Amino acid sequence: MNLTYFSFFICIIVCTLIITYWAAKRSKTTNRFYTAAGSLTGFQNGLAISGDFISAASFLGIVGTIAIHGYDGFLYSVGFLVSYLIVMFLIAEPVHHLGKYSLADVVVFRFNSNSIRSVMAFGTLTISFLYMIPQLVASGLLLRLLLDIDYSISVVIIGGLMTVYVVFGGMIATSWVQIVKTVVLLSGTFLLSLIVLSRFHWNPSAIITEIIQQTPLRKQFFIPGKLLDKPIELVSLQLALLLGTAGLPHILIRFFTVRDTKEVRRSILSATSIIGTFYLITLILGFGAIALIGYERLVDADPTGNLAAPLLAKELGGDFLLAFISAIAFTTIVAVVAGLVISATTAFSYDIYHHILKRGKASEEEQLRAARLTALGIGLISTVFALRLENMNVTFLVSLTFTVAASSNFPVLLLTIYWKRFNRIGAITGMVTGLIASLSCLILGPHIMNLNGGWITREPILPLYNPGIIAIPIGFLSAMIASLLFRNSSQPEDEEMAQFFVQAHTGIDIRRKSM
Amino acid sequence: MIYLNGNEYLKGSHVKERVDYVQVEQSEQFQQFMKERKRFILPYTIFFLVFYFLLPICTSYTSFLNTPAIGDISWVWIFAFAQFVMTFVLCIIYVKKAGALDKQAEQIIHDQIQKGGAA
Repeated sequence: MNLTYFSFFICIIVCTLIITYWAAKRSKTTNRFYTAAGSLTGFQNGLAISGDFISAASFLGIVGTIAIHGYDGFLYSVGFLVSYLIVMFLIAEPVHHLGKYSLADVVVFRFNSNSIRSVMAFGTLTISFLYMIPQLVASGLLLRLLLDIDYSISVVIIGGLMTVYVVFGGMIATSWVQIVKTVVLLSGTFLLSLIVLSRFHWNPSAIITEIIQQTPLRKQFFIPGKLLDKPIELVSLQLALLLGTAGLPHILIRFFTVRDTKEVRRSILSATSIIGTFYLITLILGFGAIALIGYERLVDADPTGNLAAPLLAKELGGDFLLAFISAIAFTTIVAVVAGLVISATTAFSYDIYHHILKRGKASEEEQLRAARLTALGIGLISTVFALRLENMNVTFLVSLTFTVAASSNFPVLLLTIYWKRFNRIGAITGMVTGLIASLSCLILGPHIMNLNGGWITREPILPLYNPGIIAIPIGFLSAMIASLLFRNSSQPEDEEMAQFFVQAHTGIDIRRKSM
Repeated sequence: MIYLNGNEYLKGSHVKERVDYVQVEQSEQFQQFMKERKRFILPYTIFFLVFYFLLPICTSYTSFLNTPAIGDISWVWIFAFAQFVMTFVLCIIYVKKAGALDKQAEQIIHDQIQKGGAA
């Protein structure tokens, strides 16, 4: 590793540790540890949401997919972006009104039940681990390719950093690491896209001509259907992307970090502007990568195209720019995994330890100690898993997290907030069935059961790479059918129901909650 | 009517912290508020769902969007960029519209709960 790389990485590590030190002095209460005491402004939270959301898989993956498969790669960006409309119109405000620290709070508000809290916490833990471990594995592989450092060293560095941020700095450190990441990522990629455009003398049609020369798809590059040739796969993918975001716990708990509803809306408005701009930039980078590097070199470096952005940086600015982009990718990874650690931590230490094991009677100090220990435990567990999974191809799990979230958390949240006849049994059934359905679709599908190098070598039982179109309706239907079947049992009192709906839609209790 | 509701509250002997949510929920004011929220959220949600799914459906089941629209740029690209524009525009509309509804929500809190609580 030469000096340029080394100094970029040290710079990022030192900066984020300074943030953590500053945040640690402010994370002395549970309210601050879990939600930064609602102290972020809407714009800051918007930056943090973007930092939480844009994973290395989106940054490197989408640039690569666009470079190799053309138009279809861009459909991922469209799905990721439009999903924020679901969050904005249907989910964010009620979640902010009803939840205190965790997603389970929202559902428990309506059906006061420990079993629901456990099931919701279990769902959050599953989704967070399912998302975090593959990212750690991917980041280890990425750093090995980019910097030529050992896989286990890079996993330990990233795993260690995310744990330190959360253990000491809680939500405050996590938020500011994510804010810094978004600023660095957006400015870095924007700069890179300007260099790409200047190479072609700011003439878009020159890029298009060059792409047609370079890609084996020729003019087909600009036409859909080159990556997902089965229509049902595409529709299924788009469905999972659209509904997934509104079920991702690490994104939704970010709505607890602002003061009021206006700031919630401002957060989403800023997040969509930032994420939208970012995806337009990745489009330029994807085009630049194929036009300037060419198909063979891209595929030689990495068949999935994940190295397109780094290769492009090297082509345009040599080692210096490559080091810069690698450092950005590194920041991207640590910011996302830190967000996942804090959402998993909240689910365990707040939902399971405080509410279920201690029956809500743990003292402030006990809660805080439990939260820090949980964060440490979660950091360690996922790092150990990532170390052992080096040779397993687990990166596909990242995109499947959206399917899992869309078929378990999302139906339960939506029905809890809007459906009057929904009940406790429906909520539990929906969560459990949604999780089981999405995970079994994954196991029975071609990602795992595959004749060519699957974990289970056999014909897949379910031939869909994107099982959302099956799993998501199962999640919804099971929740609704169970509610209707058991409609006489377990309906909360009228008084509680009325309170729930009034608070969900007007946020009446907010000011009392924050005191 | 709104005033009457508040008045009814004043007659009752409510403890300061306790709010009769059943009454709030059934009040015409709250029902009206929910109706307006629904009337604004539902059509937009249906619109963006349809607009969004038209893209994958049209690109995978038909090919008429593959024809050039402006110069070399075909309709598939225009449609994809239109999704970006739609997301941004609908977000702004939501912020504007929800801001107006906030005033109603505050009014409900004020009329139904603060007054009731003060009694």
